[in-house]
Amino acid sequence: MTTKIQYTFKDFQSNQEVRWCPGCDDYVILRSMQKALPLMGVPKEKFVFVSGIGCSSRFPYYMANYGIHGIHGRAAAIATGIKLSRPDLSVFVMTGDGDSLAIGGNHFIHAIRRNMDLNIILFNNEIYGLTKGQFSPTSLIGQKTKTSPYGNTQPPFNVGELTLGADGRFFARVPGNDSKMQTEIYVEAHKFKGTAVVEVMQNCVIFNDGAYKFWTDKSVRDEHTIRVEHGKPMIFGKERNKGLVLDGSELKVVEIGKDDVTENDILVHDAHNPDPGLHLMLVRLKNPLVTGIIRQVREETLEEREAKLTEEVKASSKIRSFDDLVS
Amino acid sequence: MSKDATYTPHKKPVKHVDHVVIRFAGDSGDGMQLTGTQFTTSAALLGNDVFTFPNYPSEIRAPQGSLYGVSGYQVQIGSKEINTPGDKLDLLVAMNPAALKTNIKDLKKGGMLIVDTDSFTKANLQKAHYDHNPLEDDFLKDYLVVQVPMTSLTREALKDIPIDNKSKARSKNMFALGMVYFLYGKDPKYTEEFLRKKFKNKPEVVEANVKALKTGWNYAETLELIPVSYIVDEAPHHEGKYKIINGNTATAWGFLAAAEKAGLQLYLGSYPITPATDILQELSKYRMLDVIAFQAEDEIAGISSSIGAAFAGKLAVTTTSGPGLALKGEAIGLAVMLELPLVIVDVQRGGPSTGLPTKTEQADLMQALYGRNGESPVVVIAAKSPADAFRMAFEASKLALEHMTPVILLTDGYIGNGSEPWEVVILKDLPDIKPPILRQKTEDWKPYARDPETLARKWVLPGTPGMEHVIGGLEKNEEGAISYEPENHQRMVELRQAKVDKVVDYIPPLETEFEPEGELLIVGWGGTYGTLKAAATELTEKGYSVGLAHFNYINPLPKGVKDVFSRYKKIVVAELNLGQFANYLRMKYPEFQYHQYNKVQGLPFTSSELIDAFEKLLKA
Repeated sequence: MTTKIQYTFKDFQSNQEVRWCPGCDDYVILRSMQKALPLMGVPKEKFVFVSGIGCSSRFPYYMANYGIHGIHGRAAAIATGIKLSRPDLSVFVMTGDGDSLAIGGNHFIHAIRRNMDLNIILFNNEIYGLTKGQFSPTSLIGQKTKTSPYGNTQPPFNVGELTLGADGRFFARVPGNDSKMQTEIYVEAHKFKGTAVVEVMQNCVIFNDGAYKFWTDKSVRDEHTIRVEHGKPMIFGKERNKGLVLDGSELKVVEIGKDDVTENDILVHDAHNPDPGLHLMLVRLKNPLVTGIIRQVREETLEEREAKLTEEVKASSKIRSFDDLVS
Repeated sequence: MSKDATYTPHKKPVKHVDHVVIRFAGDSGDGMQLTGTQFTTSAALLGNDVFTFPNYPSEIRAPQGSLYGVSGYQVQIGSKEINTPGDKLDLLVAMNPAALKTNIKDLKKGGMLIVDTDSFTKANLQKAHYDHNPLEDDFLKDYLVVQVPMTSLTREALKDIPIDNKSKARSKNMFALGMVYFLYGKDPKYTEEFLRKKFKNKPEVVEANVKALKTGWNYAETLELIPVSYIVDEAPHHEGKYKIINGNTATAWGFLAAAEKAGLQLYLGSYPITPATDILQELSKYRMLDVIAFQAEDEIAGISSSIGAAFAGKLAVTTTSGPGLALKGEAIGLAVMLELPLVIVDVQRGGPSTGLPTKTEQADLMQALYGRNGESPVVVIAAKSPADAFRMAFEASKLALEHMTPVILLTDGYIGNGSEPWEVVILKDLPDIKPPILRQKTEDWKPYARDPETLARKWVLPGTPGMEHVIGGLEKNEEGAISYEPENHQRMVELRQAKVDKVVDYIPPLETEFEPEGELLIVGWGGTYGTLKAAATELTEKGYSVGLAHFNYINPLPKGVKDVFSRYKKIVVAELNLGQFANYLRMKYPEFQYHQYNKVQGLPFTSSELIDAFEKLLKA
């Protein structure tokens, strides 16, 4: 692409009235994405947004791009057909915890396994919002919802664990109220060649308000979360005085300057390590909760492998058309 | 005869017959499908018309010698037009007691039975639930029984070839084939060519199989029990070139042709399911033609990915059988709502549920027509024979692409696995396919603005600048914006229905064969055509006044139905279900009275049962 395209976020706003509840993090996600797209260097008509069903999945209607609002759980499968057909397109899957981890769980894990160049943005609000407040596969044990009035008895999925378990090559987690980080991560996810899963900790103001308060409230955010970046020591805290070290086979929080701990003792984040061992420990950590790009390992994508194989077959075949086949 | 032949020259007297029906039956590991295919290919290359019916168990390798492990391959060859695999057998080759037990009822009285006596051991007889050896009493007195110690003769013939004993014994299917080639005076050279090619890198395997073939031939020559050879002369020569093709391959090739004709890449999103898997397997071969054959994680992903591919501008297809069609229902509804071109193939099998996976049935008709939520019209068409599957796969693609609608193509296990000669066509013989792709922005374009003639919307592919739009499963207006307006919904539902109804102007009117008016109209649809035609032929020969109206197009029904139906005193609808098409016709054309002939045994009709039933109706 030689022509330089100058877009602003306004170029990606559709004329549809946005119908999410006031105060919903989905507005932040929408705006962050609209700000991220101009930074990707892709012509507007080459973006496709695909969604399933749920609050998250209204997203394509609010974008001024090509898009499909599909059926419940199938966004990843629809996107797979688009990307296999047209590797030139930049395909985003906008989905939620119900859409991708419950009804669409199968498509979600298989999309990750295949490693196509898809960008899956998973709005995790730990609840079913559009059906008005039933527990989801990421709801906590004990959580009271309309279908668990005495408390949820089903243990939750951890999105990061599931992604890594399906051999995910890219996993990032971002707070739903942090527009700046979201924009950065969406750009990185797009730049990454392979299936990128971005979990957005999205607060549902109506049915699960405060689910992420412990981590996303401005007052505690710096103490309770750690933003990891590849090649940098994993340090956090308002005073930047806390860090992660490996203690035996567990991650441990230490204080720099205490007990002879220096900055050199702090683990340096290696997102590119093909071995997911440490990444798995990072996605499981609850305090601090890890945000940023936790895993980013470049491997051959499905479409790259497909293209190569097709070229090989063509080179060794005399059949060029249907007529050759039958004659 | 091949040049290095050691075949004893054919010197027995010959008798000319215009058709014969042969079945090879044995254990599912005995190579009966291969044996049958080889015989069919040779007969066809030597000029006969052919029609085959493989009938195999769903177990891959059922316990040896068991009744449910019997695999059969039936073929009818003729010097006249052949439309069915035939009812009663002239020759049955039974490789073991189980094969004899499950197949003997289909052998004509006086027909020939060739058995491998070596396999009639006590253990095998027990497995076949015989309390006696049927070869040793008068149990088979109605047939001409040719007892051959096939396994030991094959072993003996191959004793100097350096392969293991098991492989030697396994070559007995070629021994049997050699005998059958002799019996019908067919040159085995094509099978020899096939063996040399297939086992190119295993010369000893080629040698063993060819030797077995020759030994079988020569053995038949020496047998006094085979006094004559039955010769089926060449069928009248048709212009053009023919290939023996089964329905699943024909379906796959129809899509290849349609994609190229439309100037589009072919995309198949599918999941393995009997008896449709062969289409996925076949299309997986054609990377050189830019075919994308995607084996998805499940049926729903198969169709959903195809919907994505359709959005992205491909000729998108998904293939399945009944249970898979059920799983795809919601996604078909999405394609109806999105108004994208999509072809769904249902190779029907016995149902409900898992039912009879390897057996045939026509009981998915109502599911295809109505098995979705909401008012969800799709075009439904059906192929009437293995070769016709090519034409109908092409037609399904053309209708889907030009009318921007999902099209369900119904075939079935019988025509999917059955084969017959297909007249080779090349692209210039086929009609154009012109999908309404809009490549540049026009001022009045809206995502759901429609062509006044077809009511199809335009197909705008992602990547087209300035025409970015979102389509979705929610009800929308012309602009593609979500709309819950009551009047808008009614209008859109009616428009989607009208769009499918309008397809009637683009399909041929109903035609009849045999008498254009008379006593009885035989009505059928889909894969039963050949047998219905055979029955109608015989009834006509008997002097009855019958017509045959066979439907390729089910939704919409073609023009002319009322006119055709009113020209006969009686109408009988014959189908392999409990009357789904008959009921559909009752709904669409209630002014007629419909008799029914139905069968749900997982088997195709036989022409004799149809003739009996129709004759009763004619005489009533």
